[in-house]
Amino acid sequence: MTENKTSKGMNIHGRRAIAYIVLGIMTFLCLVWFYILFINATRSHAELTKGFTPLPSTHLIDNFNNLLAGTLPVIRGMLNSLFVSVACAALCTYFSTMTAYAIHVYDFAGKKFISTFILAVMMIPTQVTVLGFLQLIGKMGLDDSYVPLIVPAIAAPVTYFYMKQYMESTLPLSLVESARIDGANEFYTFNKIVLPLMKPAISVQAIFTFVSNWNNYFTPALILHTDTKKTLPILIAQLRSADWLKFDMGQVYVMIAFSIFPVIVVYLILSKYIVGGVAVGAVKG
Amino acid sequence: MKRKWLALGLSAVMVSGLAACGGGAASSTAPAAESTKAESTAPAAESTKAESTAAAEGTTSTLNIYCWNEEFKTRLEDHYPGYEKIDATHGKIGDVAVNFNITPNTDNAYQNNLDETLLNMDSAAADSKIDMFLVEADYALKYVDTDYTMNVKDLGITDEDISKQYKYTQDIVTDSNGNLKGLSWQGCPGVLIYNREAAKEVFGSDDPATVQEYVKDWDTFAKTADTLKEKGYNILSSVNDSYRVFSNNVSGKWVQDGKIVVDPALVNWVDNSKALVEKEETGTHALWSDDWSKGFYPDGKVFCYFGPAWMIDFSMAADTEGSIANAGGWGATVGPQGFFWGGTWICAAKDTDNADLIKDIMLKLTCDDEVMKEIVTKDNDFVNNKPVMEAMAKDESYGDAVLGGQNALAMFCEGADKIDLSNLSNYDQGCNEEFQNAMKNYFEGGMSYEEALNLFYKAVVEKYPELSY
Amino acid sequence: MNKVKRGKVVSYNRWGYIFLIPFVVVYVVFQLIPLCSTVYNSFFENYRSGLTQIGPNFVGLGNYQKLLSDGDIWQYLKNTMIMWVMGFVPQIVVSLLLGAWFSDPSLRLKGQRFFKTVIYLPNLIMASAFSMLFFTLFADTGPVNSILLQTGVISKAYKFMSHIWSTRTLVAFMNFIMWFGNTTILLMAGMMGIDTSLYEAAQVDGATATQIFYKITLPLLRPILIYVMVTSLIGGLQMFDVPQILTNGTGDPGRTSMTLIMFLNKHLFSKNYGMGGALSVLLFIITGVLSLIVFRMSGDNNKDGR
Repeated sequence: MTENKTSKGMNIHGRRAIAYIVLGIMTFLCLVWFYILFINATRSHAELTKGFTPLPSTHLIDNFNNLLAGTLPVIRGMLNSLFVSVACAALCTYFSTMTAYAIHVYDFAGKKFISTFILAVMMIPTQVTVLGFLQLIGKMGLDDSYVPLIVPAIAAPVTYFYMKQYMESTLPLSLVESARIDGANEFYTFNKIVLPLMKPAISVQAIFTFVSNWNNYFTPALILHTDTKKTLPILIAQLRSADWLKFDMGQVYVMIAFSIFPVIVVYLILSKYIVGGVAVGAVKG
Repeated sequence: MKRKWLALGLSAVMVSGLAACGGGAASSTAPAAESTKAESTAPAAESTKAESTAAAEGTTSTLNIYCWNEEFKTRLEDHYPGYEKIDATHGKIGDVAVNFNITPNTDNAYQNNLDETLLNMDSAAADSKIDMFLVEADYALKYVDTDYTMNVKDLGITDEDISKQYKYTQDIVTDSNGNLKGLSWQGCPGVLIYNREAAKEVFGSDDPATVQEYVKDWDTFAKTADTLKEKGYNILSSVNDSYRVFSNNVSGKWVQDGKIVVDPALVNWVDNSKALVEKEETGTHALWSDDWSKGFYPDGKVFCYFGPAWMIDFSMAADTEGSIANAGGWGATVGPQGFFWGGTWICAAKDTDNADLIKDIMLKLTCDDEVMKEIVTKDNDFVNNKPVMEAMAKDESYGDAVLGGQNALAMFCEGADKIDLSNLSNYDQGCNEEFQNAMKNYFEGGMSYEEALNLFYKAVVEKYPELSY
Repeated sequence: MNKVKRGKVVSYNRWGYIFLIPFVVVYVVFQLIPLCSTVYNSFFENYRSGLTQIGPNFVGLGNYQKLLSDGDIWQYLKNTMIMWVMGFVPQIVVSLLLGAWFSDPSLRLKGQRFFKTVIYLPNLIMASAFSMLFFTLFADTGPVNSILLQTGVISKAYKFMSHIWSTRTLVAFMNFIMWFGNTTILLMAGMMGIDTSLYEAAQVDGATATQIFYKITLPLLRPILIYVMVTSLIGGLQMFDVPQILTNGTGDPGRTSMTLIMFLNKHLFSKNYGMGGALSVLLFIITGVLSLIVFRMSGDNNKDGR
C-alpha cells in the first residue's frame, strides 16, 4: 500500500514536470509573436529594412503619432470593426444556438433532411460563392453598407454544428420537458433556461466569430468603399499599399499592434467563461 | 441618395468649422459619425440650419475618383488651385463635390472594385457615377483599351498641350487604335545605382563614366559580376532587380494572335540571371523583402540596384545611420539599358458629367509648367515635363545627398528619352508576374527551364483563359 | 424517452419550424442563391477578359473534363492533405494532452488560468500579419538562419521558402500555432460539460489518470471530437490564407504547396465563373466523401440529430 503510494507519487511528480515543460514551450510559442510584433512596432521604417533584432528601438511613439497624423481614420476604423464584429458574434451565436435547439429538441417532418443539408452546406468553400454574393449585393443595392457583412452571420453552419454537438453532450431533453410541465412557453424555455446552460459554448463561439470577423479582410474590402466605413484590416492593407512617399512599415506594425489590442481585451473578458470553470454539470442532477 | 449627399455636405461644413479650430484627428472622426446617421439627422438639420444647407446645395455635381492610395489625393490637395479639402476623402472644387473612393491593391481588390463599377456604370445614379480613375503601367491597357475610358482628345486636350511630356508615359496609355486615353504627372525613368565604396575598391574609381564602362551592356555586366565576386560583392541583390530593365526593352508583345510569346530579351534575362545565381553573384529574393534590402547597408555587400529617383530618395534608408545612403555612398549611372519603374496615370471614365473639370485637372497637373515645378520642389517627384526636368538637370546647385552630391537628373532625363514602350499588351501584369514566379524555380534549381516555362504557361492561362501557347 | 409522451411532444414540434426560420431565410438569400449560380455556372464557359465578358456559352461537362484530364487537381489535393495532416496531428495530440492535463484533478497544475488563456492568443493575430513575422524570422539573413549558422548546424543560409518540405513544414507549423489553442478550447468546453462527480467517483474507485482519460473523458467528448475532426478537415481542405501569403500566391516551390483553394483563387482573377464553379463542385464532392469517411470511422450514426 505504501509502496504503491510512493510510486504513484513519483509518477505524478514526473508527469507534472513534463506537463510544465510542455506548457512552457507552448507558452513561449504563443507569446513570442507578440514580442516580435512589439519590437517591430518600436522600430522606424529604415530600421525595419535592416532585418530583425531582438531588442526594441525607440520609435514606438513616433510611429503611433505618424499613424494618427496620417489621413486614415484609424480610431473610426476600430469602432467600425468593433461594431461589425460584435454584431456578427451576437447574431451568429444566438441564431446558431436557436437553430441547433430546433434540430436537437423537436421532432418534425423534414428534420433529417435539414440537418443533413446544413452539414453539407458547411462543406462548401466560401471563396467561390463570394463572387455570386457580390453580384447579389450589387443588385440588392447593399454595396458599401454593413448589412452584407453582418446579416449572413445568422446562417453559420459551423457554429450551428458546434452548438448541436455541444447540446448532444450536455443538454438533457428531460430538462426541456420539465420546463414545459412547469408551463413555460417555448421561447421562454429557450431564452431563459437553455441559453444560460449554453454559456460556455456560446462564449467559445462568440470569441471565434468575433476574432474571425475582426481579422476579415476579403469580403469587407470588396464591399466597403467609404473611408469612414472601413474596418481595420482594410485600413492596414491601405497603409501597406501606400505610395513611396508615405510607405512606412513602422506605421504598419504599430497599426497591427494597435488592432490586436481590443481583441485581446474582448478575449480576456469572454475567456473567464471558458477557463474559469463555470459548472455546467450541476444542472444534470 | 440625394439626402445622403446633402448630409455629407452638411457634415462636411460642420467639420470644416471644426478643423479650422481643431486638428486633423477631429476631422477624421467627426464626419463619419454624421454620415452613418445621415438619414435620420439630415431632414431635421435642413430646416434648422439654413446656412449649412445652402453650402451643401452649392455643389451641383460630384466628381468620383477611384484610386488605391492617397498619392493622387495629396497631389490634388496640394497643387490644384481651388481645391478645398473637407475631410480625408472628400473635397470641393468650385461647385463640384470631390469624392475619393479608395480601395487598396491587396488581393487585386482595387481592380475588382473598379471592374464592377465600370461595368455597372450605366445603372449608377449620376452623382455616384465614376468620373475619374487612376491606373498603373502594368494593367493600364486593360482599362485603356476599352470604351470605358475617354479619349484625352475628346476632353479637349490637344497635342500641343501634352508636347512636353515624355513619350513613354503616353505609350503606356495609348490603346490599340492609337488613341491616347490617359495622362500622368510623373516620369519614373530609372538608372543603375551603384555602391561607390565597392566601385573604388574594385575598379579603382567611383566616377560614373568609369563605372558605366563596366556595366554598359549585359555581357560586360556579367563579366563585371565575376570581378566583383572575387572581392566579395554580389553585383545585384536579386535577379528581380534587373527584370524590368529587360522587360522594358522587348522586341514584341507578350501575346501575339492569342498565343503567349516569350521575347528573346526575357530569355536573355533568364540566361543571365541563371548564370549569376549559379555563381552566387546574386540572390532570388522578392523585392522589398528583408533579404533584398540588406544591400542598403555596407555589410550587405551588394554592388548595385536598378531604380528610379523615388527609390533613391525614399526607399534606401537614407535616414538611418550606418546605411550607405546616409553616408551619401551611392552613385548613379545609366546602366545597360533604359527602363522605368512606377508611375500613376489619370483616366477619365466615359459618360462623366464633369468632363471640363477633368480636363482642367489633367492640364494643371500634367501639363502646367508652374504646377509641375512646384511638384518637383515640394514632393521631389520626377515630373512628366521635359523642359522642367532638363532645366533642373542643368542646375549646378541641385545635387542629391544620397548620391554624394551627384546631380543625376541628366541621366534620368536621358533614360526617360530612351524608353520604348510600343510593345505593351493587355496581359503584361499577369505575364510579367508569372514569368518571374515560374523562373524562380529554375534559378533555385528545383526545375528545368522547360518545366519552369510550362509552369509559366499554365499560370498565365489560368489568369487569361482565352490565351494558348 | 420523449417517445413516451409523443402525444404531447407533437404539439410542440411546430416550434421546430419557427426556430429554424431565421437560419433558413438568411441562408437562402445570402448563400443558396449565390451557391446555385455557382453550380449553374459550372456548365458554362463564362469569364472576363479584361473588361470584356466572354460567354456564358453552354459547354456541358467541358469544364469538369478539362480539370480532371489536366490532373493537376489531384496534386493540389495531395498538397492540401499533406499540409493539413502535418498540422492537424500535432494539433490534436497537443490539444488532447493539454485538455487531459487541465482536467486531471490529481495533477493539480498551477497557473492553469494563465496557460488556458495564453494558448488561444496566436489566433488573434491576422494571418497576413503572422506571415509578415514569419518572413522576417525565416529570411535568408533572418534570426533563425543566423542562429543555425552560429551554432554550426548549417554552413550556408538555408532558403526555407525554396525547398518543398521546409515550405510545407512552415505552413503546417503556422497552422498548428494558430489553431491548436482553438481546438484545445473546444475540447475544454466539452470537458467542462462532463460531470465532475464522475471523476471523483472514478478516483475513489482507484482509476489511474490514463484510465480516467480513456474511459470517461474520451467517450463523453466524442460529439465534440467529431466536431473538431470534421471542421478541421473541412477547414484543412479550404486551407488558403497561410500558404497563399507565405508563398505570395505561387504555391512555390513548383506548386508543391499550392492548395485547392489557392488554385480556385487563380480562377477568380479572370472572374472565371465556369472553371471556378466546376472546381468548387468537385471540391464539394471531395469534402463530402472525406467527411463521410470521418463520420463512419468515428461510428457516429446519429449525425442527423437522432
